[in-house]
Amino acid sequence: MDIHEYQAKKILSDFSILIPKGGIAYSPEHAEYQARDIGGNKWVVKAQIHSGARGKAGGVIICESLEEVSEAANKLLGKTLVTHQTGPKGKVVQRIYVEEATNIKKEFYLGLVFDRSSECIMVVASSEGGMSVEDISKDKPETIIRAKIEASVGMQNFQAREIAFGLGLDAKSITRCADAIMGCSKAFSQHDATMVEINPLVLTADDHIVALDCKMSFDDNALFRIPEISELRDKSQEDPQETYASDRDLSYVGLEGNIGNIINGAGLAMASMDMIKLAGGEPANFLDVGGGATPEKIVKAFRLVSQDPNVKVILVNIFAGINRCDWIAEGIVKAVQEVDVKQPLVLRLAGTNFEKGQQILRDSNIKYVEATTLFDAAKKAVNAIEGEVA
Amino acid sequence: MTVLINKNSKVIIQGFTGKIGSFHAQEMIDYGTNLVGGVTPGKGGSKHLDRPVFNTVKEAVELTGADSSILFVPPQFAADSAMEAADAGIKTCVAITDGIPAHDMIKVKRYMKRYPKDEKMTLVGPNCAGIISPGKSLLGIMPGHIYKEGNVGVIGRSGTLGYESAAQMKALGIGISTSVGIGGDPINGSSFKDIMEKFEKDDETKVILMIGEIGGPQEAEAAQFAKENMSKPIVAYIAGLTAPKGRKMGHAGAIVTAYGEAASEKVEILEAAGVTVAKNPSVIGETVQKVLSKI
Repeated sequence: MDIHEYQAKKILSDFSILIPKGGIAYSPEHAEYQARDIGGNKWVVKAQIHSGARGKAGGVIICESLEEVSEAANKLLGKTLVTHQTGPKGKVVQRIYVEEATNIKKEFYLGLVFDRSSECIMVVASSEGGMSVEDISKDKPETIIRAKIEASVGMQNFQAREIAFGLGLDAKSITRCADAIMGCSKAFSQHDATMVEINPLVLTADDHIVALDCKMSFDDNALFRIPEISELRDKSQEDPQETYASDRDLSYVGLEGNIGNIINGAGLAMASMDMIKLAGGEPANFLDVGGGATPEKIVKAFRLVSQDPNVKVILVNIFAGINRCDWIAEGIVKAVQEVDVKQPLVLRLAGTNFEKGQQILRDSNIKYVEATTLFDAAKKAVNAIEGEVA
Repeated sequence: MTVLINKNSKVIIQGFTGKIGSFHAQEMIDYGTNLVGGVTPGKGGSKHLDRPVFNTVKEAVELTGADSSILFVPPQFAADSAMEAADAGIKTCVAITDGIPAHDMIKVKRYMKRYPKDEKMTLVGPNCAGIISPGKSLLGIMPGHIYKEGNVGVIGRSGTLGYESAAQMKALGIGISTSVGIGGDPINGSSFKDIMEKFEKDDETKVILMIGEIGGPQEAEAAQFAKENMSKPIVAYIAGLTAPKGRKMGHAGAIVTAYGEAASEKVEILEAAGVTVAKNPSVIGETVQKVLSKI
């Protein structure tokens, strides 16, 4: 799960990391009020969407008067920002963050992620802040400093100090920087984060270390025990179909094609998508109803997929292991009747109680094309589209 | 010989009396697994499915001689159960549970470092289908009837894609020595490489089939290991050639974040290491058949 910049900064400040004074706003008047409250004569108005690279997309505006703050807010609120992280549809700005401008002496990069290879938390830092970490590793790989944190032991002071020295800071800023890095590591561990990125982390004109921007992601599997994080979820930043699916415990990813998929198991779902493509079609979605899908889940899946206007045919591919085909077949029949599925159906069931499931489908009055193998199912789905188009 | 489990493996179930645990307990008993009891804290002393229930794994091990366990414990308690199994002297533990926090899995892996290599439990999973040695024992949730006894050792991240492959092989008359589901989570107990190493030493296994997918470094690590250490031929299939980058595809671990994690990159890396890659999921069985015929 992702959160907004201002929420991530609030967490950082809970761990004693300095952040610029700022406030959230939902209207130009509100933004102006926040700017006045913050004081000073220079502010930054920042679009709050779940994405980095907002500056490049025009989502960060520097203002030198209250009028400019109001104008900036007016310009950003309701605007759709497209970055390389939002996808082509972009994300709508529904709130903005007004911050005091910071007098920057030097910018750094600081990121913490899970390293699956070493099964440790990997700290990545660079003296080239403000660029994306991809660009840093491409253009300035020699500036990258890495440290591994054993999660159950936590980060040690010397590790944070080494990074701070590696960034080229002078003696009076070392402790401040090391403290900030330690704080990040604590925030990461205590909140079940999967990623914390401060870019840039800056050295200010008066030699303080300040987090100027921050992104955080959290482990979806841990949300049950971090209520203070899970309540920060902003569904307006998610694809509505994906939200609908995840609220119903279905794993869904919308894609560009027109063959709707209902499949059990993530691996089989990816394999089916690959097969569709090979057969000359394009999948409209990834949908995993779970290895042990229940008939109720099948109904929910049909509701989701059949509503998608791009879907011209629905391919169901269930390999029953934990569950049984007869059970799934009942779910399919029920779903087709309840949901009023308009698209042609290609059904492939295999595994436990396969014969019984097939019988239930044949005895029902639903119209469908029966497929035997993965290849057969993909080919028949593609054929069904061609039939539809012709 | 088989890897990890055999006909004599004495199995206990952690999370025995719950709905899911009970269902799969019966399936395993029906398959012929030597299920000697189960653990549900607070229900010790009672009987379930005609087998004793214990409060702790330690007690179960002492009184039944259990050497293997399978977890159907809810995600918030699963890491604790895995560590309990390791401490009680269980040799092979399969964690079926989906949804264990990654931080908890790291803790489990760290905890297990205290045991010397020869006393260390092999943890398989989490978020996996378990282990089956066809005709001998089932320590998992797969439908046993689609698995034929034979010489192919299977290692896979996905449950249902593993079933798909087993069914394709069975249709061609090809059997499996042992199939091990390593699971779809980012941090898992055993990697492709760990299981591959066991298959290399297993007389019954002639060919290894690895079923991978997008995300994570383990396929590439296995390729490196195979090149340097494996004498047996390896067939692989990698799911997710059409998966978009940066999106999580169902499994918590199925997300491409770095080079070498996309399906096409994994295919390249594996082929460069001498692994035969099945070009699409419908020819997994055929590809194994071709490789088997050359031995």
